[in-house]
Amino acid sequence: MVTLDHYLVLSAVLFAIGTAGVFVRRNLITILLSVEIMLNAVNLTFVAFGRALGSADGQIIVFFVMTVAAAEAAVGLAIVISLFRHRESLNPDSFTVLKW
Amino acid sequence: MGSETLLFYAFAAVAVVASLLVIAQRNPIHSVLLLIASFGALSGLYVLLDAPFVAVIQIIVYAGAIMVLFLFVVMLLNAPHEETDFDERVHPLLRPGPMRFGALLAGLLVAELIWAIDRGPETVEFANRSVSSVAEIGQSLFTDYMFTFEVTSILILVAMVGAVVLARREEPDR
Repeated sequence: MVTLDHYLVLSAVLFAIGTAGVFVRRNLITILLSVEIMLNAVNLTFVAFGRALGSADGQIIVFFVMTVAAAEAAVGLAIVISLFRHRESLNPDSFTVLKW
Repeated sequence: MGSETLLFYAFAAVAVVASLLVIAQRNPIHSVLLLIASFGALSGLYVLLDAPFVAVIQIIVYAGAIMVLFLFVVMLLNAPHEETDFDERVHPLLRPGPMRFGALLAGLLVAELIWAIDRGPETVEFANRSVSSVAEIGQSLFTDYMFTFEVTSILILVAMVGAVVLARREEPDR
């Protein structure tokens, strides 16, 4: 029998993988992908709780989270493109000065 | 074990392994493709949770639109390999400074979250009434969440304008 706890543990593991990705990787695109993993872990929690409480609100919040994720990806990738134009690099360590 | 339990573990395993491989790759194209696999598995979990609407928009919006945007940028920039200033043969978790610390922190986070879940009420059974009807979600979205929905449209507009402004090439005569 799969209970709510199964989904919550899975979501916690996925969230931690996303957190580890942000720290471990040195590539702006992979860091953005790790943020997407974290957002998806939270989405899973929302749907699981919505299912446990018999309410549609969880699924509606997931809809909004996906919208925010789409906006974040669009703006984040635009920033990545304009940073890459300046430095020809995707390593976040090469963007340590605010002005050049 | 029922088929639902079996499916849960299968989808969960695919999601976790694919996500781990996403952060273990050095080539961003492989990362993006593996993340699509992970999203497919999550979509299967949403079906198990009686949420077909979320499962479908997970595939269409996430795996379809957002990941294709990522793939497009990876190919546009043509910078497949992550450059590093240390020995690449060293295992990622044994590398210096923030990386090792960050991996440790993530391990601590998962231990803490599982501990917190474990402390909760015994076993929460799922409610008998499930909300799988798209009509009910739409009804709620356009009545109770009307304002949020409209604000979301403004957010999308702002993101669109922001992306155009940020990625615009500077004019040479300015």
